[in-house]
Amino acid sequence: MNNPIVEKYFRMDNLPHIWCPGCGNGIIMLALAKAIDSLGLDKDKVCVVSGIGCSSRAPGYLDFNTLHTTHGRALAFATGVKLANPELEVIVISGDGDASAIGGNHLIHAARRNIGITTIVFNNNIYGMTGGQYSPTTPNGDLGTTAPHGNIDRPFDIAQLAAAAGATYAARSTVYHANQMEKMIETAIAHKGFSMVEVISTCPTYYGRKNKKGSAANMIAFLKDSFIDVKVAEKLPEEKKAGKFLMGEFKKEEGVVEYTVAYESIIERLKK
Amino acid sequence: MSKNIKLMQGNEACVEGALYAGMRFYAGYPITPSTEIAEKSAELLPTVGGKFIQMEDEIAGIAAAIGGALTGKKSMTATSGPGFSLKQENIGYAMIAEIPLVIVNVQRGGPSTGLPTAPAQGEIMQAKWGTHGDHPVIALSPSTVRETFDLTVRAFNLAEKYRTPVMLLTDEIVGHMREKIEIPEPGELEIYNRLEPVEGETYIPYGVREGDLVPRMAAFGSGHRYHVTGLFHDETGFPSNSTENAGFMLDRMMKKVEDNLDDLIEYEEYMLDDAEVCIFSYGSSARAAKTAIDQLREEGIKAGLFRAITIWPFAEKRVKALAEQFDNIVVAELNLGQYVYEVERVVKGAAKVSHVGKANGDVLTPAEIAAKVKEVL
Amino acid sequence: MGARDNQEIKIKKEWCKGCGICVTFCPKQVLGYDDEGKVAMLDSENCIKCGQCEMRCPDFAIFLGGKE
Repeated sequence: MNNPIVEKYFRMDNLPHIWCPGCGNGIIMLALAKAIDSLGLDKDKVCVVSGIGCSSRAPGYLDFNTLHTTHGRALAFATGVKLANPELEVIVISGDGDASAIGGNHLIHAARRNIGITTIVFNNNIYGMTGGQYSPTTPNGDLGTTAPHGNIDRPFDIAQLAAAAGATYAARSTVYHANQMEKMIETAIAHKGFSMVEVISTCPTYYGRKNKKGSAANMIAFLKDSFIDVKVAEKLPEEKKAGKFLMGEFKKEEGVVEYTVAYESIIERLKK
Repeated sequence: MSKNIKLMQGNEACVEGALYAGMRFYAGYPITPSTEIAEKSAELLPTVGGKFIQMEDEIAGIAAAIGGALTGKKSMTATSGPGFSLKQENIGYAMIAEIPLVIVNVQRGGPSTGLPTAPAQGEIMQAKWGTHGDHPVIALSPSTVRETFDLTVRAFNLAEKYRTPVMLLTDEIVGHMREKIEIPEPGELEIYNRLEPVEGETYIPYGVREGDLVPRMAAFGSGHRYHVTGLFHDETGFPSNSTENAGFMLDRMMKKVEDNLDDLIEYEEYMLDDAEVCIFSYGSSARAAKTAIDQLREEGIKAGLFRAITIWPFAEKRVKALAEQFDNIVVAELNLGQYVYEVERVVKGAAKVSHVGKANGDVLTPAEIAAKVKEVL
Repeated sequence: MGARDNQEIKIKKEWCKGCGICVTFCPKQVLGYDDEGKVAMLDSENCIKCGQCEMRCPDFAIFLGGKE
């Protein structure tokens, strides 16, 4: 007896997954499967690529062409896959450290090229796999095992970073807003060009415990209370926005030529 | 039929050879003195329906090349010293994930940025030990422009046959010098393509039949959905922490090289039969060694050459025999002593092994090699 | 007849890690815990089958499935 979506898109022999109780990663993975189901994609033509970290274990559970690469390099591998075979729907799953620290250069360049890859960042604000070190999205002042006196770094806004670098679709959601997140992932995959969905996830084991954020449910309740949609925020007075974070679709630009399409047009031109 | 004779650089011949072998994907990053390989690939690949991409850095170059290879395309990346250092982690990935891939390193003066426009043979040991952990290694080194063509074809063939990355170690001299070469006609050289899953059989991504060493490789998108990882994995492709499995898988990967030495090892011998001293060299340095031998013989000193074409695996059996035949082996290489250690390891004192080399960006001259020979005799 | 009348909440106990997310965010508070600390349906009468438990369960241990 299983969730039919799970039976259809997951490698059942590999479940249950390795993630901790209350880890948000599974919520995002299910939303991804549902988005793929809504789009009716051919499983043989979907390729899911990841780097290293907790979130990067996701492809091992998903029944597609799956590629678990080296730390930070998922987008570089994925760029090769997509350019070599553009008929594949290429989806990259990456963590905040994987995507924006060690893989930050690949992120901005994949966005700049507008290559048709969907990147889903599982942002839990911490390096979980290695035991709770601060990442490029750990809030200033928070604790990590390598920030025992408080993090003095300023955090990245990954969705806006991708948008600024040239991504033609950039959005953010949270694991509380799972329905909205699923729709965003669906939109992102259908989008022609580089698309980014940053999902704020939860790491109750390391980030939560270190920063006294309470249970997984408490952490998710914080997401519910703290995130407001960018369209709603536009109409709110400043005092109502204090201490809130923005989610929603930040950028949706149609009509920009996708990278592999541009390359195919060179091949066509040379045939003449 | 008129012969297809062209004057070209070693770097250009590398691309011609790659296309002859069926290269359809190239990803890399510009670096002296290998850049012409990227430029020529960028020009020619789209004319045959292939793809070229200049990535944002060296690491991304090899990563994208591996990605391309996974879709079933014959794939290559090229670099030089610093870029070769940067690519090491993903070379290991290609080895453990068993990805057919050609990695060209046009060696230049190091360490660090070193001497970007000067030749060197400084990555002989890095080619074998550069990535962490134990792993099989195949590396080839050409001495001429035509041989660059041939060995690029061979590198692709071996990569496809053994499902492993193959390194082509050229250098600034061989990469940039121009020679007249005859491009082989299609069909003249054998081309090997990776074995794909047998239709109708259940595909086990990293499984081999009894007696085989190389798993069949399905292209992403071909209908065999499987998992590729840089973690140790079992025959299903999924990660496994079992030490028994890791030992079994690594043993099989190592045997791809160890059990096929006769297929992999190539060398050339020049005037060795009557020689009283053996010069051991490879790549561009072997060109100087040949001239040195001719000059020494004019002076009455019978020198001969053993030229390694396959750098890794090492021609251990043949070099052992040479140690029995010669009292003196002079290793001539453009570094301060790298391959000489492998010669010494194998010779084990059966012959006196000397070294002539340098790492200041100058070429090794015939006079320097001849002087060393006279010194040891 | 509602669209979800032929559906019911199903629980795959062996995958439940007892994180409590579904219990906390159930709008009708019909979920609780069993003796092992895993999720249990306490009040199926008042379940509105909204599916919020399914969409936020990180372990795919609770979902809306067809009645057997």
